[in-house]
Amino acid sequence: MELTRLPFIKSLLKNRYPQLALFVLMLAGFVFAILAGLIGTPVGSHNFSIVFVWIAWWAILILVAVPFFGRGWCAVCPIPVVGDWLQRGAVLEPTPKTPKWLGFRFPARFRNMWMQNISFTLVALFSSVILTTPIVTSVVLAAMLFLAIGLSMVFERRAFCRYLCPVGGFIGLYAQTAPIELRIKDKNVCAKCVGKPCYNGSNLGSGCLWDVFPGGLTKNTYCGLCMECIRTCPHDNIAVNLRPFSADLARPSAKLDEAFKAFIMLGAALVYAYVLMGSNGAAKLAAYNVFTPNWFVYTAIFLAFIFILLPGLYWLAVKSGNPNLPLTGKRFAIASTPLIPLGLMFWVAFSLSFVLTNATYILAALSDPLGLGWNLFGTADIAWQPVLSAFVAPAQILALVGGLAWAVRTAQKIAPQAEISAAPVIVYNLAAALLMLWLLL
Amino acid sequence: MKRPELITRFLITVALLGVVALPVWDWAQTPLIHASIAEHGGWSPDVIQAKVGEPLHLKFTSDDVMHGFAVGQMEMQPVDIEPGKVSETTLTFTKPGIYTFFCTRWCGINHWRMRGTIEVSGGEPPAPEAAPKPLYVTLGLNLDAPHPADDVPTEKPSAARGMGLLHQVANLPAYQSTDYYRSHTPAQVFQDLSNSGLTNPQRWDVVAAIWAQNTTPLALAEGQKIYAQNCAACHGETGGGDGVFADELVASGEASMQTMSGSMEMSMQAPSSFSDPRRILGASPALLQGKILRGGMGTGMPMWGSIFTDEQIWNVVAYLYSFQFDYFK
Repeated sequence: MELTRLPFIKSLLKNRYPQLALFVLMLAGFVFAILAGLIGTPVGSHNFSIVFVWIAWWAILILVAVPFFGRGWCAVCPIPVVGDWLQRGAVLEPTPKTPKWLGFRFPARFRNMWMQNISFTLVALFSSVILTTPIVTSVVLAAMLFLAIGLSMVFERRAFCRYLCPVGGFIGLYAQTAPIELRIKDKNVCAKCVGKPCYNGSNLGSGCLWDVFPGGLTKNTYCGLCMECIRTCPHDNIAVNLRPFSADLARPSAKLDEAFKAFIMLGAALVYAYVLMGSNGAAKLAAYNVFTPNWFVYTAIFLAFIFILLPGLYWLAVKSGNPNLPLTGKRFAIASTPLIPLGLMFWVAFSLSFVLTNATYILAALSDPLGLGWNLFGTADIAWQPVLSAFVAPAQILALVGGLAWAVRTAQKIAPQAEISAAPVIVYNLAAALLMLWLLL
Repeated sequence: MKRPELITRFLITVALLGVVALPVWDWAQTPLIHASIAEHGGWSPDVIQAKVGEPLHLKFTSDDVMHGFAVGQMEMQPVDIEPGKVSETTLTFTKPGIYTFFCTRWCGINHWRMRGTIEVSGGEPPAPEAAPKPLYVTLGLNLDAPHPADDVPTEKPSAARGMGLLHQVANLPAYQSTDYYRSHTPAQVFQDLSNSGLTNPQRWDVVAAIWAQNTTPLALAEGQKIYAQNCAACHGETGGGDGVFADELVASGEASMQTMSGSMEMSMQAPSSFSDPRRILGASPALLQGKILRGGMGTGMPMWGSIFTDEQIWNVVAYLYSFQFDYFK
């Protein structure tokens, strides 16, 4: 179903101002979060930077935005906005043909998801500190903002979002499952289009900020929903469509960087469920006390689990699905596709518990975001209590069972393309789901 | 530059400046006293200035765990300081001087190190007078020397039973005087009663009665309250030297002290057990008062002289003997 047929939606997307208003609102919130981490209370549960970034934003991202809107968050993310303005030399004008800054192409060898895999892994290794210490959250947020600005002055388009953002990588991966897509309406129109303003820009807007030619879009992974192509297409050939869930997974990626993104996300969810939600105090301390010997042990286990054990066992599963055929990286990557819906639902299940457990902090931090004794909305003194605690476990079970069913269905679909039997892959997914269930419950 | 671009830039600049400037301005206008565990700095600031007769409005926040605020030797309700929240109190001082404020919550192993001072100036300067010497100084007691009792009772002495035996004690008024009570150990009194014709258990009961006569139920209740709030974390609720911090205190020992003081070569010891009859019955009230007043040098026992009044300390001392004596039965 084409949503852009609806006049209201179409005018909302074509007009630059609604998105700009959201950008400015988000940027103000982002800057305030950085400020709150620097001058607010160091108590994470009462500081806006922790509560709004790691509880409120995370809840919206993983429970709503990614599953239902794919890269919807990227469409309003404030991190690249300042860089965009610098590249354009203006807020409203499109990017000029002659770069205002260096405007280099991003190096070809890095035009993949590996750097995002590394950046996410780095954030994950320090997450116990980042998620609980406001000033560290501030530093991380500021680093992302300034890195995005710096890269926008060296490279063309949104190099940070596309190749470095630790969040953007997994959003792109899981966006393939979302029931929303931006696609062209008619290939022939694009083929005949002169100048390709959707990619190269025009006086109506910038060329694709994500370095994607919309005419070649077949999946959501790298389309950041910046909406510039909707504004620049002279033929009204760009549509935002409502579609079935996981439509992109029918044409699985054959890229190892994306496959490893799936393993990293799956493994990180399992490790977090054990370390952050579990009762093992020693593991929590090891993860928290960064650069101590115990943290290095934790790091070694974390990396081995994610980069060796999980892919290794999966390699064995895929190999046993067709022992006679050589297992290439391409087939392995295709066979890893079921981990995408499974991983997404792992994160949904994991996030449900800590988001609902800590949701009351949002109301308190809303009224007193810096811990300075404000009471803006009369909610500063709301006592902490878990929300919908009776609902958490059933919802988690539902998410995991649903994720497993989704993964099984995906495995059955991709098995012929990977030329393997789906059974060992299904067994792997079942084992992972049971492990997650055990860790969370 | 086109007008829409100009307006948009102006609005964005105002929004971003506002989101930074307003909180920073309010933050600068809100001087908070931050409380964090001693290992992370304790009170910040730890010196506060005030003037006699002028209300001192204080705002606190905790940067880690629950803390509390009270000023030593001052009648006030302690203020609870919750992590990430702001608590307030207003104090008015009638005399100039340096007052000690302290944490009233067991916040960590070095909880007792969380102290600061309020320097109160103005008003009439107090008439110079020499501070009275503590009794242990007058008596020349060595607070750090071992003081085990030679004799200990076989069962817990009963003040109630002892009361019934007092008439058999010769020269009773001398034993009952406050000066005698404070300057003698129970074991010494037990020895002094050796010619009384009483059996050993009876002599111990008489000692318990003399100790009971030098306190009141009200004073004991206050002593118990102070003990529970300030001493039990290390010495244990039942005086067994097994408080919640006891093991940690011993284990962290020297490292913990050096963390705080750098070059100080001191080490923590296991907290004293008041259920050990040799230790407590060999200690006079003056000696126990001295230890509380001055602290246990090099042992981790804090000094409480600037926190508690004399009366409060004597009440705690009286309460400490209740671990050995049945005062009321």
